[in-house]
Amino acid sequence: MSGKPRLTYLNGRGRMEPVRWLLAAAGVEFEEVFLETREQYEKLIKDGVLMFQQVPLVEIDGMKMVQTRAILNYIAGKYNLYGKDLKERALIDMYVEGITDLMQMILMFPFSPPETKEKNIDSIKERATNRYFPVFEKVLKQHGQDFLVGNKFSWADVQLIEAILAVEEKIPAVLSGFPQLQAFKKRMSNMPTIKKFLQPGSPRKPPPDECYVETVLKVFKK
Amino acid sequence: MSEKPKLHYSNTRGRMESIRWLLAAAGVEFEECFLETKDDLTKLQKDGSLLFQQVPMVEIDGMKMVQTRAILNYIAAKYNLYGKDLKERALIDMYVEGITDLNELIITRYFQPADKKEEHFATLLDKATNRYFPVYEKVLKDHGRDFLVGNKLSRADVQLLETILMAEECKPDILAKFPLLQSFKARTSNIVTIKKFLQPGSQRKPPLQEKDIPRLMKIFH
Repeated sequence: MSGKPRLTYLNGRGRMEPVRWLLAAAGVEFEEVFLETREQYEKLIKDGVLMFQQVPLVEIDGMKMVQTRAILNYIAGKYNLYGKDLKERALIDMYVEGITDLMQMILMFPFSPPETKEKNIDSIKERATNRYFPVFEKVLKQHGQDFLVGNKFSWADVQLIEAILAVEEKIPAVLSGFPQLQAFKKRMSNMPTIKKFLQPGSPRKPPPDECYVETVLKVFKK
Repeated sequence: MSEKPKLHYSNTRGRMESIRWLLAAAGVEFEECFLETKDDLTKLQKDGSLLFQQVPMVEIDGMKMVQTRAILNYIAAKYNLYGKDLKERALIDMYVEGITDLNELIITRYFQPADKKEEHFATLLDKATNRYFPVYEKVLKDHGRDFLVGNKLSRADVQLLETILMAEECKPDILAKFPLLQSFKARTSNIVTIKKFLQPGSQRKPPLQEKDIPRLMKIFH
């Protein structure tokens, strides 16, 4: 059995992308199995490997882990990206959960009806610029350090750089009022493991397109 | 400054109830500050007390914590309800996230548009009996122990009991096919701190009533 974690999901970002980011940022190589047909998915269910009949699934350290947050918590804990004590963890958790709420809007966007797409972009822009980015801009400004928590690279930094790049794909000038975040983005993008992940040919997945949406509906439709 | 955690939310279950359950199960006394009007929420937002302008917010150990999961993670770890190592935590997290998904279906049932209510309710019952409860029934069957993880009370047990009771409010015989969950429910309800929380006069909140929904919407929308 390979020592590497094995990820099972569609060949697209979806709910697995934060896991890919975190493993990559931690410098952990992983394998991927891509679901392309409903039959593959039904076989996984029949085999009893999906605790709640859902993916993401990550086979890691002898466990068949499901539930994105459980997986991310485990990886963060294992690779020392979860702060040094309970209070740092509390901060990281708050930041990550906030960012996840923003990312949820982006996750759902490809599946919204065409006539709502413009309104949804506006909502994402509004939330990013009025609710979420100001928080992290302020955190960085107040402590003047390179990383969000404890002057050390953590899961919160990885989640934030992922979110910044995802929002910029939809709203290119979104960081224009946020100089700290611009510097943060540059800094994070230059960290060796992240830089590698941002290069072509990495396991990073492209933004969802119509083909991806079709595959999701085909594999998971009831 | 009071040592007790202080909870800021409306006088309803919503997203704060799991936090009340976990504190109560841990034997931790807490105070509550109820939002009654939109102004109450606006004031908290203007004060800068809400990191993302949302409640729940819990003042605890000098922090103004927001985001339900962050709060629950902190309480669970602080009061030793989060397993003994990374692998137990992984199991607890998986179980808890599944319960949270079911919980989400239950608490959002009040806010579905009229034409979607029936379908949502049917989905809720279907998922409870076919996706979620069988998992926990099997876990208990496979190890034959009193608690879900590590032979010790953890947040997974507390959250499972909470969700079982809410599911029963939707359909009283929902545990009919799950004998081990029935005994889990009886056993866990008898734990001293939990038993106390289940008694009248505790800080446990009642189910939402239709008539309260307009007032709630005014505060949060």
